Amino acid sequence: MRFSGLRVIKEGLTGNKGWKPHWRDPEPKSEYDIVIIGGGGHGLATAYYLAKEHGLTNIAVLEKGYIGGGNVGRNTTIIRANYFLQGNSEFYSHSLKLWEGLEQDLNYNVMHSQRGIINLFHSDGQRDARARQGNMMLSQGDDAVLLGRDELRKMLPYLDFDNARFPIYGGLYHPRGGTARHDAVAWGFARGADQRGVDLLQNCEVTGIDIEDGTVKGVQTSRGPIRAKKVAMVVAGRSSQVAAMAGMTLPIESHVLQAFVTEGLKPVIDNVVTFGMGHFYISQSDKGGLVFGGDLDFYASYAARGNLATAEHVMEAGMALMPMIGKAKMLRSWGGIMDMSPDGSPIIDRTHIDGLYLNCGWNYGGFKAVPGSGNVFAHLIATDRYHENASGYQLDRFRTGRGIIDEESKGSQHNLH
Amino acid sequence: MRITCPLCGERDRREFYYKGHAVSLNRPEPDAGEEVWDNYVYLRDNPAGETRDLWYHEGGCGAWIEVTRNTVTHEITATQLVSEETS
Repeated sequence: MRFSGLRVIKEGLTGNKGWKPHWRDPEPKSEYDIVIIGGGGHGLATAYYLAKEHGLTNIAVLEKGYIGGGNVGRNTTIIRANYFLQGNSEFYSHSLKLWEGLEQDLNYNVMHSQRGIINLFHSDGQRDARARQGNMMLSQGDDAVLLGRDELRKMLPYLDFDNARFPIYGGLYHPRGGTARHDAVAWGFARGADQRGVDLLQNCEVTGIDIEDGTVKGVQTSRGPIRAKKVAMVVAGRSSQVAAMAGMTLPIESHVLQAFVTEGLKPVIDNVVTFGMGHFYISQSDKGGLVFGGDLDFYASYAARGNLATAEHVMEAGMALMPMIGKAKMLRSWGGIMDMSPDGSPIIDRTHIDGLYLNCGWNYGGFKAVPGSGNVFAHLIATDRYHENASGYQLDRFRTGRGIIDEESKGSQHNLH
Repeated sequence: MRITCPLCGERDRREFYYKGHAVSLNRPEPDAGEEVWDNYVYLRDNPAGETRDLWYHEGGCGAWIEVTRNTVTHEITATQLVSEETS
């Protein structure tokens, strides 16, 4: 079923009786060429690109819950390509370009909105750093505009420019950045993969990984054993547990990151605004809710909920930056479990086991990476070669110390990235 | 979340700085080799359940504290001064 304006009109005139489920609910087969563990955004995108770009369709995606129920539905939906370091910049640039064609590609409205992102700065030194970051973004071929205080005031008149602790000097504007509807991204990739023959197996938890003589043979699941020539682990949030089934210990510590949404309001915040010094960032959803978040709770956690101390800190930072939001009522908060890696960058690699692949360590940047990650991971699984835009995400960079991609120069402590 | 400092008693979580897993206490010898150092600096068991981690009572007495804690429920079952454990 293709979606189109004509189709919407036709269905509207005929009682909307023609709409069908967006994907099948198949029974597991006993064997697949490729099994992807994890039906989140990254796993679904991996399956989609394996089918679309590599012609591989004998694939199952195993999801222990339901499609869209994990971190892909527990984020703040921000998309950007404003990274500084080689290794990151070409990857996120690649991902942003895929976002820009995604809705046509998937024939699915993911509500991708390039409303622009503004990173604020508060001193001469920070302005220099943002100028340097912007130059790196430009040299990667992406866009960046350094805005002074007066230009910024025209765009964001509601900010407290004269905050005593962090007066606003200006912002780095990334016009192609923005947001998308996160659930629709999961659904769009799920539908696209399913249409190409991929089996999406929900309520199918992997309980073991079968390995013989250093080669992967398949997986044990709550819906029975499944043999596979290749197995891909794409389970950010639970990476350590799944990798342990293959005898691996990962350089990952799990942390909870909270986010918040208010009641629906009339349009007031047109862009994504980040206030790094206060650990606060915000955008407004198309439904009108202010969607905002801050930093980690900072201690290792698998609870998909956070601590009040962090919630209070985020609210305070928001009030310091834009006092106008003080009367908005907060409706919901939630927590996502982050794979925090020691350099703040992800891992997309083979493993020491033949046929077993690993995609993890997305810190709190996984959502914008969904198309890029799936695209390059599919390339790795299909060809056993690194994609040209993702050759820096190798697992052994930590052991060897070569190729660490520490975007914020925080060192090896997991929760500082 | 509240953490019981062995010296100061039960205090708000905000008085404490979180360092990471208590593996930090077991610093290898300089020549222990790549694998041992990889294990110490980067690799983590990262359990979903009981773990031991290090907290620093930054807004209090300045003690380093080893906390036994559940990462799923956030329940804290034991706290101990690092200085006592390592002395």
